[in-house]
Amino acid sequence: METFQIIVLLLDATFRVATPLVLAALAGMFSERAGVVDIGLEGKMLGAAFAAAAVAAVSGSAWVGLGAGILTSIALSMLHAYACVTHKGNQVVSGMAINIVVAGLTPTLGYAWFSMGGQTPSLSGDARFKSIILPFAESSRDIPIFGYLYVELISNHNIIVYLAAAAVPICAWILYKTRFGLRVRAVGENPHAVDTAGISVDWLRYKALIMTGFLCGIAGSYLSTAHGAGFIRDMTAGKGYLALAALIFGKWRPVPTLFACLLFAFTDAVQARLQGVDLPLIGVIPVQFIQALPYILTVLLLAGFVGKAHPPKAIGEPYIKER
Amino acid sequence: MAEEKVKFGAPLKIPGWVNYALIPLVNLIAALLISGVVILIIGDNPIEALKVLIYGAFGYPEAVGYTLYYTTNFIFTGLAVAIAFHCGLFNIGAEGQAALGGIGVGLVCLYMDWMPLWMIIPFAMGAAAIFGAAWAYIPAYLQAKRGSHIVITTIMFNFIAASLMTYLLVEVLIDPNGQSPESRPIIETTWLPYIHEVVSMPKTPLNLSFVYALILSAGFYFLVWHTRWGYEIRVVGQNETAARYAGISPSKNIILAMMISGALAGFVGVNEIQGVHHRLILDFTGGYGFAGIAVALMGRNHPIGIFLAALLFGALYQGGSELAFEMKSINKEMVIVIQGLIILFSGALEHMFRPKIEAIYRRFAPARPVEAR
Amino acid sequence: MSEQSPALELRRINKSFGPVHANKDISLSVDRGSIHGIVGENGAGKSTLMSIVYGFYQADSGDICVNGQNCHIENPQSSIEAGIGMVHQHFMLVDTFTVLENIVLGVEGGYRLSAGLASARKELIRLEKEYALEVNVDATVGDLPVGLRQRVEILKALYRGAEILILDEPTGVLTPQEADHLFRILDTLRDQGKTVILITHKLREIMAITDNVSVMRRGEMVAHVKTSETSKAALAELMVGRSVLLQVEKEPARPKDTLVAVRNLTYIDADDVPRLKDINLDLKAGEILGIAGVSGNGQSELLEVLGGMLTPTSGSIRFEGKELVGSKAFAARNLRKIGFGHVPEDRHRSGLVLSFSANECTVLGYHDKPEYNRGLRLDRRAMVETCQTYIEKYDVRPPDPYLKASGFSGGNQQKLVLAREMEQNPDVLLVGQPTRGVDIGAIEFIHKQLIKMRDAGKAILVVSVEIEEVMSLADRIAVMFDGGIVGELAASEATEAQLGLMMAGVRDASSGAKAAV
Repeated sequence: METFQIIVLLLDATFRVATPLVLAALAGMFSERAGVVDIGLEGKMLGAAFAAAAVAAVSGSAWVGLGAGILTSIALSMLHAYACVTHKGNQVVSGMAINIVVAGLTPTLGYAWFSMGGQTPSLSGDARFKSIILPFAESSRDIPIFGYLYVELISNHNIIVYLAAAAVPICAWILYKTRFGLRVRAVGENPHAVDTAGISVDWLRYKALIMTGFLCGIAGSYLSTAHGAGFIRDMTAGKGYLALAALIFGKWRPVPTLFACLLFAFTDAVQARLQGVDLPLIGVIPVQFIQALPYILTVLLLAGFVGKAHPPKAIGEPYIKER
Repeated sequence: MAEEKVKFGAPLKIPGWVNYALIPLVNLIAALLISGVVILIIGDNPIEALKVLIYGAFGYPEAVGYTLYYTTNFIFTGLAVAIAFHCGLFNIGAEGQAALGGIGVGLVCLYMDWMPLWMIIPFAMGAAAIFGAAWAYIPAYLQAKRGSHIVITTIMFNFIAASLMTYLLVEVLIDPNGQSPESRPIIETTWLPYIHEVVSMPKTPLNLSFVYALILSAGFYFLVWHTRWGYEIRVVGQNETAARYAGISPSKNIILAMMISGALAGFVGVNEIQGVHHRLILDFTGGYGFAGIAVALMGRNHPIGIFLAALLFGALYQGGSELAFEMKSINKEMVIVIQGLIILFSGALEHMFRPKIEAIYRRFAPARPVEAR
Repeated sequence: MSEQSPALELRRINKSFGPVHANKDISLSVDRGSIHGIVGENGAGKSTLMSIVYGFYQADSGDICVNGQNCHIENPQSSIEAGIGMVHQHFMLVDTFTVLENIVLGVEGGYRLSAGLASARKELIRLEKEYALEVNVDATVGDLPVGLRQRVEILKALYRGAEILILDEPTGVLTPQEADHLFRILDTLRDQGKTVILITHKLREIMAITDNVSVMRRGEMVAHVKTSETSKAALAELMVGRSVLLQVEKEPARPKDTLVAVRNLTYIDADDVPRLKDINLDLKAGEILGIAGVSGNGQSELLEVLGGMLTPTSGSIRFEGKELVGSKAFAARNLRKIGFGHVPEDRHRSGLVLSFSANECTVLGYHDKPEYNRGLRLDRRAMVETCQTYIEKYDVRPPDPYLKASGFSGGNQQKLVLAREMEQNPDVLLVGQPTRGVDIGAIEFIHKQLIKMRDAGKAILVVSVEIEEVMSLADRIAVMFDGGIVGELAASEATEAQLGLMMAGVRDASSGAKAAV
């Protein structure tokens, strides 16, 4: 029973860690499937986390905070679009610039506005998303195994965790079953085909990047108003890059990307638990190794040692009409 | 990077000073203007801030020493990113390569400290270069032979390097007499000479590696434009098919350029570990690797431009600390904002002002026939 | 809309790209229900004109009238709405999509795909029947052969309700037989009342299928004629502005020893597709061997293998009796050292580095020769001096060794490449598409240079997709189809019809051709 409990606790932690990864990776999916490289997920998340916490602290409402987080992230995404789509700038440089600007701006503004060493005030009450007890959680507690799983694993998460779970099928539906999705997939493969079909390549990419900003905004807000209780500087700590790795590991498809996020989150949960534990046969695994594991796995995938990833064909290239 | 589409007979050649001086300057001014707005928002006076910044960077001899000490790091990483650019590669991994270079220097200074300084110097440099190059070799090999995108792999390698560094300092190299994750100090006989020990100036961290940086800049120029190896790297960077046609191996040159890049980034370790901190510490790379991208972009991948851009960034770093000290609502992260904005304007938005500036130039420049050039 | 008004009328269209006046005062009238040809050399402005009609570019001035009504076409969308469809030279298809998905792209019929796809499927099957354009709507486009992809493009236009169909160089990638099939399709379209505009530089096609033809030269419209009232020679003259020397003046070849013997050469690419199948060829000193064929049938790979850029999967290449395959010499760099020269098919893709100056391009592939190096240092002065001599000898304009390669015109770029490869005085010269995108004056010059090298006893291989060029330049012609050599014949005995059949893969073409005639 104890192992079972440990596994359930691990999975519970996995879900919590995976939530921002899933949302950010799905965000990256819209951008990259539309042919725009987005290494700026990190910066957008960080910006959203700051805005959400700051506004939630002032307004006292987590929902208003979430709105501010989303708007901030969309604004940053539009900056990316303005640089890369309108001005055909280098997409990697633009993403990089956004990450650096936000990394500097959030503590600068935080310091100026709240005078708490770059943090925002600690959130409590309605300013923070609280865990939700799902219906029948109490009454089903006595059902063997299922009841325990329902109460400990499925129930008792905040709304954004459920939102992330729902986002996967919704995004998959948008990508594969709607006109917008068809066009996004087309513009990432061959923007010329989209242009000659009478669709504006630029506007389409802008729309995809709005989606990216929207999802990334939720991911960032989760960090500061649901998972945490306030903004701490550099609180994304590489999660944006990890989400990007998960997106690549999931070969730019929604469901495999979800599993990649869960895998990466699981290694994180395991690492927290394995700290200093002497495993039989293996001995103590250095924490740092487990921390580096997602990145090592992604490199191995990119190297073609674990399957083969086919990125969208037109990714990274600004669209220029040719004569 | 500098992928030039065949334009329809650009009528009037835009002179170098527009390209290499005016446009970077306009981009810089735009970045500074936005930074000024940020300073206004947080309730300070941007003009005052600029004054403090400039005074803090160049106003007194000690400040100049600090500025040049930071400049040294930016030259190393700027050159590192630039050589990769010349080969058509985007090396985001200078941060990780610098960390590895530091490990190399640290190991030499910690465990070969019986050697006299004149022997330690080449060994430490060699170790920095080899460790940095080796760390760059893996992504380069994967790009060249297996087509793995180097932007992504170098990002991943930064994280792996950070984990490796933490592991080494927490578990292996940690000072047995200390608590924090850092090595024992290296003995004084292995320290790189400070410039103030040679020239009469106040005590600053500026050390011999600044001279290395200048020598390497000259070497960079010679290598890229005046040797057949540089020629090959540039051919590969501009047109890989043409390289294969000419019998120039793209994969060999990709690996070569990335290893040079990694080695250059590794020298940050020399400046920081052997020159200043005198022990192996965490996070001594402090974002220099990422800033190298901005330096290379602003410096147009040319050593002179890189020196000027590095000086600008060095001044920002040094002036920024002064700023955080002098002005109440500004802290040192403001420098990161300015740095990010410079990358944004001179990199991502480089095409925003260029057509307008060129158009203005064309309107006011005397008309000349095309052939006259 | 009145029945008398032309389907499409252009009035005084002007378009400039920077200093280049690509279209000057172009007027054009296309009758409804006709096939109208537009001919002109490469760079005459045909594609620009049609891109304006399709809304890809905006004209600087001028009017476009569809069915007598002035249309303001500002993007492809408004062009589609006006009933204009276009089949581009490079297909505008998404390879990873199915035929159906490709066709509905842009006209999905609602934000949800499923309903739109179902109704589109019905409509498509109807269209396929009506115009005899069968293609499996669920096939992935990337898996389809070129001919079928073109059909998808035509269907795409028809599905959007195109009344006017523009085809830009549609036969460039087709065998003559596939092209004939396309022409039958176009006939059907005309019979159904559609208007077809065919852009091409191939006179054979104009004569074979069009009702009217307009000729463009250097951005201007120089003539409108009825096809039945003109001839190939007359059109050719209009295209270039003076009578053309179609035949290259040359003495009969005096072939000597075989310099390069290719035996059973096979090349399978990384995707496991066989690109070269069992090739046997002899290159003889003092002779030009021409390779004819529709582009994409292995000619590029043949050149790249012989140039040392690709390693063959099996087979042998002997040079002066010594085996090259597997030897150290078999690499682009080393082949140059033992006397191979290589003028590549595509000077932009491989022959030049466009951002380099002319003098830097002068040493491409030869940059490690002692004359350009002094110890560690690259001797830049020697590079400039060499470039200067090439420029004088080959009359490259502008005569500036510091000008970037991208600043020269196509013909002058080609001269730079030819100068570099010929001036090394190679024993074997491989030449791909010697005159692609080169103006007529330079063509003559280039042909003469090649003949001169032949007469100096060099072995020359010329690959060209222009049948006429191969026929006039080569002494012997080998025809490639689907990676193999279909047959080989003396140039003096070859006819265009016969070569056409061979290009379609008909092995015993000599008898077949006679039967057909």
